[in-house]
Amino acid sequence: MSIYHKYLRLPMFPNIWCAGCGDGMVLKALLRAIDRLQLPKDDLCMISGIGCSSRLPGYVDFNTLHTTHGRALAFATGVKLARPKMTVIVISGNGDALAIGGNHFIHAARRNIDLTCILFNNLIYGMTGGQYSPTTPRGQFASTAPYGNIETPFDICKLAEASGASFVARGTAYHATQLDKLIEQGMRNPGFSLVEVLVQCPTVYGRRNRSGDPVSMLKWQRDNAIGVKAAEKLSPEELAGKLVTGVLFSRERPEYCQEYEKIMARAQGMTSTPS
Amino acid sequence: MEKKTRVVKLLQGNEACVEGAIAAGARFFAGYPITPSSEIAEGLALRLPKVGGKFIQMEDEIGAMAAVIGASLAGLKSITATSGPGFSLKAENIGFACMTEVPCVVVNVMRGGPSTGLPTSPGQADVMQARWGTHGDHPTIALAPASVREVFEATVLSFNFAERFRMPVILLLDEIVGHMREKIEIPDPSQIEIFDRIKPSVPPEDYLPYENHPSDIPPMANFGEGYRYHVTGLNHDERGYPTMKAPVVAAQEARLVRKVERYKKEILRYEGVSLEDAEIAVFAFGSTARSAKLAVRQAREKGIRAGLFRPLTLWPFPGEEIEELASRARCILVAEMNLGQMVYEVERASHGRAPIGQINRADGELITPDQILERILEVSR
Repeated sequence: MSIYHKYLRLPMFPNIWCAGCGDGMVLKALLRAIDRLQLPKDDLCMISGIGCSSRLPGYVDFNTLHTTHGRALAFATGVKLARPKMTVIVISGNGDALAIGGNHFIHAARRNIDLTCILFNNLIYGMTGGQYSPTTPRGQFASTAPYGNIETPFDICKLAEASGASFVARGTAYHATQLDKLIEQGMRNPGFSLVEVLVQCPTVYGRRNRSGDPVSMLKWQRDNAIGVKAAEKLSPEELAGKLVTGVLFSRERPEYCQEYEKIMARAQGMTSTPS
Repeated sequence: MEKKTRVVKLLQGNEACVEGAIAAGARFFAGYPITPSSEIAEGLALRLPKVGGKFIQMEDEIGAMAAVIGASLAGLKSITATSGPGFSLKAENIGFACMTEVPCVVVNVMRGGPSTGLPTSPGQADVMQARWGTHGDHPTIALAPASVREVFEATVLSFNFAERFRMPVILLLDEIVGHMREKIEIPDPSQIEIFDRIKPSVPPEDYLPYENHPSDIPPMANFGEGYRYHVTGLNHDERGYPTMKAPVVAAQEARLVRKVERYKKEILRYEGVSLEDAEIAVFAFGSTARSAKLAVRQAREKGIRAGLFRPLTLWPFPGEEIEELASRARCILVAEMNLGQMVYEVERASHGRAPIGQINRADGELITPDQILERILEVSR
C-alpha cells in the first residue's frame, strides 16, 4: 500500500478535478508531509471553503470539514481554540481566501493562531468557470475579463507577512519534493503558517490565456520559479516575472491558543474582577 | 438533605443570558460587538475563562458564526450573540449549521428598523427572518422570552434543544428584555435540566454521521474523539459524502425538516392568561406580552372577557393551539413591535375562524398597555 492509500477515502473517488489540474499534485505533497510527521489520523482536522481545491478534505481520512465560501479559517479558528491539541490544516484557493475570505485571512494571520493554510493559487475562479480573481495577473483574460484584467493582483505571501503570519512559504505543483518539505515546515511551526502553491488550471485559465497544455504550464513553473537564495542575488528588474519560492519569511510570535491558556489561568486565579 | 444554593440577583436580560449559558454548559463564545447585545459578549468574556471555556471576538459576524460551528463540532457547547444587522450576516452559516446538523445557540437582541435602523431601541421585526433568514428549506426553533427570569430559562432550553435536535436554535430577545433589570433567582445547578448531545455507540467503522436514524436525529461524534467523518454544506448521504442522487437528497432534506415537525409537541412552550372564557384574545410575545398582560387585566376589571396567548416558542409555531383559540374567541388581536409579521402566521393558523386584528408599532417605542387596552375596548363594543 502506498503512503497515499493509507490516507485516502477511496469511496469518494474519482475526484472532481480536471485532467491536468495541479490540485492532485498538492494533495500528494500534503500527504507525504503528514506521513513524515506521523500524526494519528484522529488528531488531524482538515478544513476548507468553496472551490476546486476545497474539495480536497473530502478525499482524505481525517476529521474533515468542507465549509462555506471564504470561511474556512474562521471555522478552523473555532475548532483549534476548542481543541488546541488538534493539528488543523486549512485548504483554500485564491478566490476563497483572498476575495470573499480576505478578512478572515488577515485576521487569522494577525492572531498567529496555530493553523497551516495551504493556499492553492490557480490565478482564476476554476469551479465557477474562469472568472478573474484577486490573483489574476493584469492583462490576462477571464470569462468576466473578456477584454483583459485591469486589476492588480495580491502578493499573497507579502499579505500574510504584513498581517502577522509567523511562517510564509511559496511553492509550485511542479516542485513537488520541495513542496512537501515546505508544508511539513509549516505544520511544525507553532503559529499561523501560510504555504502558497502555484497550481496550473489548464481548463479555464490555460485555454483562455494560451498557456498550452498542462505539461507546458508545469514547464512554465519550472522555468520561472527561482529559489529564495538565488533571488537575493538578483536585481528587481531581473526578478520581474519570476516566482520566488521557498521559505520567504519566518519569525517567532506568541501563538493565540497558548495566550488564551494564560488568560484562563489568570481568570481562574482571580477571586474578583478588576475594577 | 443536601444544601442547595439559592442565589438572588438583580440582572438585566443580557446578563441572565450569560448566566443561563454558563449553567447550560456553554464553553465557547465567538461574537462581534453590536448594540444592544454586547453585554452578552462582555459577560462571557469575563465568565468563560473562569470555567475553562473559550471566548473570542472575531473579525466579523460571519466569522463568529463560523467559529461557533467549528467549536461545537470539536465538542464544546457554543453560543454567539448579535442584533439585526449581524443576524443578517450570520444567516449564511446558520444555514450551514442546519445542513450539517451542528448544535449551537444564536442570540438576536432585536432592535428597531431595517438596515442600521435604531440601534438602541427595541423592535420585534426579525421574527420572520428567524424563520426564513437563511436560504433553502430548513427547520427552525426560535424562542422569545418576556422576562429576565425567562431569559435564563430560555437560554438553557435553547442549548437543550440545540443538543437534542442537532441544530442551531435562535433566541430572540428584544432590546427591552435584553436591557431591563429584574430580580432573578438563579436555580441550584442540581435543579437545572441539561441535555447533552447523544454520541455514537457503534464502533467508528460503522458510524454514519447522517444516518436516517429511527429517531430522525443521528448520534453526533465530536471531532478528535476517534470517529473521523466528513462534514459538508453540500447535500450529502448518510456517510456525509456529497451527493446529487435525487432519492438520497430527498430523504436528507425531508429528515432535516421533519426533526422539528415530529417533535413539535415536545418543543412548544406557551402561556395562557385568562383564556378559558376569553372573547377577545391578545397574541403577544417578548416585552409586548408584558404590556398585553396588564391590558388584559385592566380590560377584565372593566368587565370585558379578555385573555392573552403568549408563545415562548415562536418557531415552531403553535398553530393548532391558535386554531382552537380562534374557534372560540370572538377576535384575536396580534400585538407586535413591527408592522405586521407574526399576524400572518396567526391568520394562517386561524383558518378564518375568527377575525384577526393588529396592534403595531415600529418607531422604537414600546407598545404600551394603554395602546392594547384601547384596541380591546374598541373591538369589544
